[in-house]
Amino acid sequence: MKFMKTLSVAGALTALPTLVLAQDAAPTFDEIGPYLMTTLLFLVGGFLVFWMAAGFAMLEAGLVRSKNVAMQLTKNIALFSIAGIMYWLVGFNLMYPGDFNGYVAFNFVPTVLEPVGLTASEAALDYASVASDFFFQLMFVAATASIVSGALAERIKLWPFLIFVVILTGVFYPISGSWQWGGGFLSEMGFYDFAGSTIVHSVGGWAALAGALILGPRLGKYKNGKVNPMPGSNLALATLGTFILWLGWFGFNGGSQLAAGTVGDITDVGRIFANTNMAASAGAVAALILTQVMFKKVDLTMVLNGALAGLVSITASPLEPSMFGALWIGAVGGVIVVFAVPLLDKLKIDDVVGAIPVHLFAGIWGTIAVVFYTPDTSLMVQLTAIAAYGVFTFVAAGALWLILKATVGIRVSAEAEMTGLDKAELGMEAYPDFTNG
Amino acid sequence: MKLIIATIKPFKLEEVREALTSIGVRGMMVTEIKGFGSQSGHTEIYRGAEYAVNFVPKVKLEIVVNAAMADEVVATIASTAKTDKIGDGKIFVLDVESALRVRTGEVNDDAI
Repeated sequence: MKFMKTLSVAGALTALPTLVLAQDAAPTFDEIGPYLMTTLLFLVGGFLVFWMAAGFAMLEAGLVRSKNVAMQLTKNIALFSIAGIMYWLVGFNLMYPGDFNGYVAFNFVPTVLEPVGLTASEAALDYASVASDFFFQLMFVAATASIVSGALAERIKLWPFLIFVVILTGVFYPISGSWQWGGGFLSEMGFYDFAGSTIVHSVGGWAALAGALILGPRLGKYKNGKVNPMPGSNLALATLGTFILWLGWFGFNGGSQLAAGTVGDITDVGRIFANTNMAASAGAVAALILTQVMFKKVDLTMVLNGALAGLVSITASPLEPSMFGALWIGAVGGVIVVFAVPLLDKLKIDDVVGAIPVHLFAGIWGTIAVVFYTPDTSLMVQLTAIAAYGVFTFVAAGALWLILKATVGIRVSAEAEMTGLDKAELGMEAYPDFTNG
Repeated sequence: MKLIIATIKPFKLEEVREALTSIGVRGMMVTEIKGFGSQSGHTEIYRGAEYAVNFVPKVKLEIVVNAAMADEVVATIASTAKTDKIGDGKIFVLDVESALRVRTGEVNDDAI
């Protein structure tokens, strides 16, 4: 069908070139250029953010003990795939409903793509293709779910965790996301969160915090008032994971410009890339220096967390700050992590990979730091939004964790935890040739 | 025959093997082990929390030699494995009742 249509159009064009040009001119590049460029930005940005799923998987695989690595990898690929289905089924339209009451859009319909072979006259030339937009936004919700899996590693049951992911990616995240990105009440108040320090990262962090509190620490982590560290199984994988996340973040922040069709827009995308990189570097260097000073030794896992905290910190405003601005905003993120990790241990909140310091605390910091460089933003509005996301996500996620705990149970047996989830739940080990760690 | 059991620092293994080969030792058994002695482990910091490493990695050598050779083997291991730092290890010497080479059936001194 499509082939025939193309042939006949081509025939008409050869036969009547002047007439066609005069009456039904093909759209000029000026008309469709922005659409093409923005769609391309979403596609490139989307597959960069997709790759963050690999980053989270490697980071978490490296920071859990070897007896839980295969389970952690299973959770990562499962949560990503569930997010991909749930965001199509309800998430996307719940998050971007168009007109609604500003709080919850009861818009439970699956996403529909454009027809095959869309023509320029049918396209939303002032924006981008729906498919590319959906694809790009979907990757963000997957990132939120990944944050939760890292914090709760090594002791949570697989299926209850996946049920949580279904609700988080299909309902919680889209509802709170719609408050800002869907044109809801926070966007009307003038809240500013460019790529989601709060909307994506803090939301994941709040859900992780609620889970960590309800689930409890790993067995033996806090004994006789002392913290008993459980070193990660593979710091090479954790480092690779961090670099992959760093790469993916260029798509995360750069794509969130949501436009690439003008000199101004594409230049802004370049500016965002440079600032994003700077914040990550500053976060890593801050953690490098601070761990040396505080612990007399550099702690690689904290340096990795520092880079990620720098990235989360700049995510709320990667465009407006100068390079120096990105540097100090990112560096503060790195400092937050080095202090927050031992603080959580003092509170006996067991966060295996440092997801709560990195995504929640640095996310809050980044959302506040917006006011330093971005005109027409207000600290009060930023704080209001932080509180709104915190209360909603913490309460909703907490309620869901409690329901799961009361019904199916969320924690593996003590014996399974000691044996390791790989053997106990999967019957499969990531490193079958090595002894258990 | 004597059985010499020596615990040494893992990075000294190659050096000790070479020294023992050069004085005529024709075989040894090597095991990676963990343990503690008077050093009693040490502390490390992971993500801001201090913890004790109670068992330190070592390499254990087991060597069976003619009784006449035992002192020289002990002296060679001691001088080669020595770093003068804490944790250099220990050497024990035990009597061996009998030995047998599986392939040929040779026994005792002929078997080692």
